[in-house]
Amino acid sequence: MQHERPLTASVLPSRRLIAALVLLMCVIGARAAAADSGEQLTFNRDIRPILAEHCFTCHGQDKAARKSNLRLDEREAALKGGKSGDAAIIPGKPEASMLIKRVLSSDPDDIMPPPKAKNPLKPEEIEILRRWVAHGAAYQPHWAYIPPQQPQLSAEARDHAIDTLVATQLSRAGLTHAQEADAATLCRRLWLDLVGLPPGPRDLDDFAGAWSHDHEAAYSALVDTLLASPHYGERWARPWLDVARYADSDGYEKDLPRQQWAWRDWVIRALNADMPYDRFIIEQIAGDQLPEATQDQMVATGYLRNAMVSEEGAIIAEQYRMEGMFDRMDALGKGVLGLTVQCAQCHSHKFDPITQDDYYRMFAALNNTYEATSRVYGPEKLTTIASIHHGIADIAARVKSEHADWQSRFTAWQHGLQDAAIPWEVVTPVEPVWSGGLVHPQVLPDGSVLSLGFRGNNGELSFTATPRTSTITGFRLEALTHRDLIFGGPGRNIDGLFAVAELIIEMRPPGESAWTRIALTKATADYESPERPLGEPFRMDDKDKRTLGPAAFLIDGKTETAWSPDRGAGRRNAATEVVVQCAEPLVLPEGAALRIELKFAHAGRDPHGRDNNLLGRFRIAMTGATAPTAGPLPTEARLALEVPQAERTAAHQETLFVAWLESAPEWAAIKTQIGALWAQFPAADTSILHLAERSQDDARITHVLERGAWDRPGLAVTPGTPAFLHPLQPSAEPARLAFARWLVDRRSPTAARVAVNRVWQSLFGQGLIDRPEDFGVRTPEPIQAELLDWLAVDLMDHHWSQKQLIRTIVTSRTYRQSSQVTLEQEERDPRNFLLARGPRFRADAEVIRDIALRTSGLLSDAIGGPSIFPPVPPSLMAASFIDIDFWKTATGPERYRRSLYVFRRRSMPDPVLSSFDAPNGDQACAGRIRSNTPLAALAALNETVFLEAARAFALRILKEGGGNDAQRAAYAFRLCTSRSPRPEEVDVITALVASRRARLGDGWLDAREITTGNPATLPVLPAGATPTDAAAWTIVARVLLNLDETLTKN
Amino acid sequence: MRPDLPPQTPSQLTRRWFLRDCSMGLAGMALAGLLQRDGYGAEPSPLAPHAPPLPAKAKRVIYLFHAGAPSQLDLFENKPELAKRSGQLPPAELLKNYRSAFINPNSALLGPKFAFNRYGTSGLELSEIMPHLGTVADELCVIRTMQTDAVNHAPAQIMMNTGSPQFGRPSLGAWTLYGLGSQADDLPGYVVLSSSKGTSGGSSNWGSGFLPTRFAGVPFRASGDPILYLSNPPGIDEETQRASLTALEHLNQQQLAANGDPDITARIQSYEMAFRLQQSAPDLMDLGKESKATLDLYGVDPGKASYARNCLLARRLIERGVRFVQLFHEAWDQHGNLTNDLRKNCRDTDQGTSALIQDLKSRGLLEDTLVVWGGEFGRTPMVQGGNDGRDHHNRSFTMWLAGGGAKRGYTHGETDELGFNVVRNPVHVHDLNATILRLLGYDHTQLTYRFQGRDYRLTDVHGEVVSALIA
Repeated sequence: MQHERPLTASVLPSRRLIAALVLLMCVIGARAAAADSGEQLTFNRDIRPILAEHCFTCHGQDKAARKSNLRLDEREAALKGGKSGDAAIIPGKPEASMLIKRVLSSDPDDIMPPPKAKNPLKPEEIEILRRWVAHGAAYQPHWAYIPPQQPQLSAEARDHAIDTLVATQLSRAGLTHAQEADAATLCRRLWLDLVGLPPGPRDLDDFAGAWSHDHEAAYSALVDTLLASPHYGERWARPWLDVARYADSDGYEKDLPRQQWAWRDWVIRALNADMPYDRFIIEQIAGDQLPEATQDQMVATGYLRNAMVSEEGAIIAEQYRMEGMFDRMDALGKGVLGLTVQCAQCHSHKFDPITQDDYYRMFAALNNTYEATSRVYGPEKLTTIASIHHGIADIAARVKSEHADWQSRFTAWQHGLQDAAIPWEVVTPVEPVWSGGLVHPQVLPDGSVLSLGFRGNNGELSFTATPRTSTITGFRLEALTHRDLIFGGPGRNIDGLFAVAELIIEMRPPGESAWTRIALTKATADYESPERPLGEPFRMDDKDKRTLGPAAFLIDGKTETAWSPDRGAGRRNAATEVVVQCAEPLVLPEGAALRIELKFAHAGRDPHGRDNNLLGRFRIAMTGATAPTAGPLPTEARLALEVPQAERTAAHQETLFVAWLESAPEWAAIKTQIGALWAQFPAADTSILHLAERSQDDARITHVLERGAWDRPGLAVTPGTPAFLHPLQPSAEPARLAFARWLVDRRSPTAARVAVNRVWQSLFGQGLIDRPEDFGVRTPEPIQAELLDWLAVDLMDHHWSQKQLIRTIVTSRTYRQSSQVTLEQEERDPRNFLLARGPRFRADAEVIRDIALRTSGLLSDAIGGPSIFPPVPPSLMAASFIDIDFWKTATGPERYRRSLYVFRRRSMPDPVLSSFDAPNGDQACAGRIRSNTPLAALAALNETVFLEAARAFALRILKEGGGNDAQRAAYAFRLCTSRSPRPEEVDVITALVASRRARLGDGWLDAREITTGNPATLPVLPAGATPTDAAAWTIVARVLLNLDETLTKN
Repeated sequence: MRPDLPPQTPSQLTRRWFLRDCSMGLAGMALAGLLQRDGYGAEPSPLAPHAPPLPAKAKRVIYLFHAGAPSQLDLFENKPELAKRSGQLPPAELLKNYRSAFINPNSALLGPKFAFNRYGTSGLELSEIMPHLGTVADELCVIRTMQTDAVNHAPAQIMMNTGSPQFGRPSLGAWTLYGLGSQADDLPGYVVLSSSKGTSGGSSNWGSGFLPTRFAGVPFRASGDPILYLSNPPGIDEETQRASLTALEHLNQQQLAANGDPDITARIQSYEMAFRLQQSAPDLMDLGKESKATLDLYGVDPGKASYARNCLLARRLIERGVRFVQLFHEAWDQHGNLTNDLRKNCRDTDQGTSALIQDLKSRGLLEDTLVVWGGEFGRTPMVQGGNDGRDHHNRSFTMWLAGGGAKRGYTHGETDELGFNVVRNPVHVHDLNATILRLLGYDHTQLTYRFQGRDYRLTDVHGEVVSALIA
């Protein structure tokens, strides 16, 4: 037998342990039977796992790792043999087959696998291989690479396909379905599974009433009601958020907070709307590339940006962009493809037929992108924004229709500007540096300087240059936008704006070492903002005298003042410029050097750059023209004007046209109208990190990376997909969109299976495949393969409707079974792989907290919006790398929002949720471990929100639970578990109440302290209740909220 | 795989099934005793101590992680040539293919800030600002030629602790616990203690990655509850806690009888373990029973959180059977203010570190306790920020081992005269980790865990045991 498996399994978490063991036993059973009896061997069940485990590492599809040029994963190649020329397999002749000879060899130099691999075959396995060769060595494609097909079922059986297929497996094992669970259990099960909350007493009563009348109608009505509940999307968002590695922080050392909840809201809405699963995936990968893409579809691609972001000092931005790309591939592999594609990042996959080229071809489909940050607006604001754009378009159209000669006037205006334009020479920077060195500014081909990565606070960005122009009358500083900057820049502050305190220009004649500062004067800008005090969050305190304002501040010699233009919401993320004149024309000797320095002095307090006021991209140019000035056009329009007519885009034309209307004196009235429209532009509600496409003329070339290292590009590749999977359809669509469609193509062998398995895993506590992220060759065909395939096809046949899939499952007899465990089942199928009973398992972390909140009556059921900060111990904060100033602990109803909304900081996992195994979002998690640790017990007993729940629950019990302790016990018990207690259970509870009353009465305990935490305060008590009642019941409530049944989905 | 465990048989399965998830005890908590007492049989849990497959010289580890990257050139590496050429540019050939983290690589060399003294019979040279460490010089096994792949803090810390610069892999402590289990009855098997601020790598530095969470390090907090939520809520005294948990157990037992789901047993166990932890942890943290001599040795004010106090707690933890204790002191990122900050850091840590070694030795624990000292990388011979700072440097830096089978009074490897490159016997992070596992009785290529169809190990596909480091 395969001893490795149980050994490894024995240190797995025990649920997995048992899963592995049972699976193993089944396999062992099958193998043992296969080995000694005449039973038919099948390649997928019996042979491939042995070859994959012992042979494929050296004789599989990874060419680089292949030994002796022999591969055993393909029949043809195995029959042909390797370097030696001897056939590894001669069908029907095991004794003549090298494969069998070598595994049977007793010569340590000859035996396979070689002893140094420390992975020997067992005699039983060798016998299986021998018999397989003897019977003709038939190969099969890996089960999961064959698209799912529904097993043939009779019409009647099709109506209950799940139960029919499960019953087939059960009867083989001599088992049958268990009886149906009782009404209360079913009601609670459905509530927890469909909306993630426990039912309240009224919900239970209503269901019990309907149930007594008509089981089927009541059950089906409850399923419909819950599937239609807006809380459905909250509950079902969680498994997807896990595998999409959602978090509210950036990760790495600073782990700063990020705004990404708009994507979470999108997921909730999409699930509530039952967006077809294929569409759900396509929008998250390429929603922005769909025709007429909406803001929602852009937000959807936030999925691809849930990766961590590093802003550590001195990083190379491209290195961490690549890390983000690898993470995207990993998340898609685990969550959508169900394949461990990340193995092929460094070398061809050892087991699955994914070559390294395949990996980078898929990578290429996502790689022509940039990491964008965009504003997000609510529906009304979107309408306002649309009306502004329409308004401007209407004005432009009106001008054109009312003035037949507009074209010639417009052209003449442009020619006038072009004639007046003065020549500028870009000062090409040499090694720009940021003081302190924490940023590595890049010089772009156009001579502009781009700063990404670390966000500094105050300091200087400087560079030297040796320009050609010999006489200089003035300099131009252009603040430029860039796709990688927040909102496109040009600044790096929270609005994409900036504040430059001083522009310093120095000259050094050749051969000298001292720099001479050049006196600058007469600063003009394309757009001027008036002087204003520095606002939040940059202002240090009341004494802070720093101001922002016009271009003159750049050269006023005062660091307190800064040039900081802001054209207001809607137009602030645009290029802008300043021109300064030399006080005296500067004559540069041949070989003289210039030194340019931008001084930044308007950051706020945060040492990690959140309050920075830096310029993200800028360019310096110089001129010898007389008295140069900026304007009259906005920089964006001037840049458009400089584009040769033939190359101008529609956007260029529109920019120019509007600039004309806004600058030519003849359109003064229209300028006012346009200004009035822009003034209506609303502030954003939030923002989103998302992935957006680079333009084709600036397309990024993807290379295979040698050993997966970001800075070791090898051969260039174009977008594509692995050959062993369904073909990528030829398409005129962008590669990313085509790739997204391919992922969830109906012909995909894994997409629907992965989706079904995730839902099944959520409902039953374990998937039909126990390794939800790996449907590759090392995962043997599951016991319930037919069921998985039936559901996968059914999902696709119902337009990928997740609600329909869930309805099909939860209305099955299999789902509705009692979870009661009999001794026989315990012996034969402890992990319930055969499904002879209903699911019962500890609820997920978030559900456990939500149960406490709803049971106690504290739950706030508001849907969507930003994450909330739960109370956490100060010692947890103290362990943060950065000082945490953003943790505004939630109060009031916000504090009791569903756990889906609890702020997730990657480096500081929530101590409650993580103790119940919630993942922290460092990487995709396709299936949670389920542990039961004392740390989790302590959290549920003592953590602040659980404690507040216990106190609130006590008051609720006293208010609603009846006049005596026995009635209250029954009421409270039912709130927690959804069922009425047995008399002996009531006895335990009332005994605890009584003993606590006695201790309180004797003065051992302080009712005030217990009920409020404060020896001087009492809560507002329900009518007739005493402080002793409240204290005794707080203690009991704490116990009941920790009952196994309270914490369990049964 | 762990080769020491016997193969599973179906008859064991049922008993195991009863224990299902019971073993999900507080990270690393050995349950064998408790289980025996409660009559569930003496089956070894995955966290019960078990012997490694190879002869082990170390039974446990205390890892002193000095995060931020301590300057080897001011603490361990006496480079007269660097002192001599301080202020000059480094030779051009040195900088070929070199990418610095922060500074312009073509910055001037910076000589050591402190004098060096020789200590012990081994004559180990150490900076004058570590006089205490000098007293245990003959216990140290100094590696001058450490190398790592990463050059930014967070990935490099993760690299040192998990063998990968990517987040999500199990830490050395988690692998150790997975391989050896724990002898602690009422405490976690892997405990993390922090002084100074939090680390760049965050909780991933001691995480369990894809290993089950019970193998993760459990941080003991310097203030408030040593373990989060250890204290009962206000007004709940121990008698009430006991009565509450007894009632809880009775109710859960009734449900177990009614439903038969063995997970309920696991739940009962976890609450019982929580109660025991509530009693044992305060005792551990109570330094009142330590002698004045001991407190003076460490220089500990018992009521005050400090690195030295953590050193003393580390000894108390391993005395109680904890397998792996890791101290984090994130304070060593001296891009500037090198002289004063190093002095302060040594004042904060030098005495505690050497006291720990002396204390372990006098109690006979050093022999089989491996002490590891080091950070995520080193610092450049070139200056940064005026004349008092150094940049990140991953090509050569110093770490040291003591006890647990590491060679005493030994210095390994050699760097060039400026301390820039290794010239002899480089030791990569993977090599160090392979060596640590070997000292603990494991062939690093054989301690594996299957995750997503692949057998993962701490050293990935790399690492060679450095036998010269082993006594």
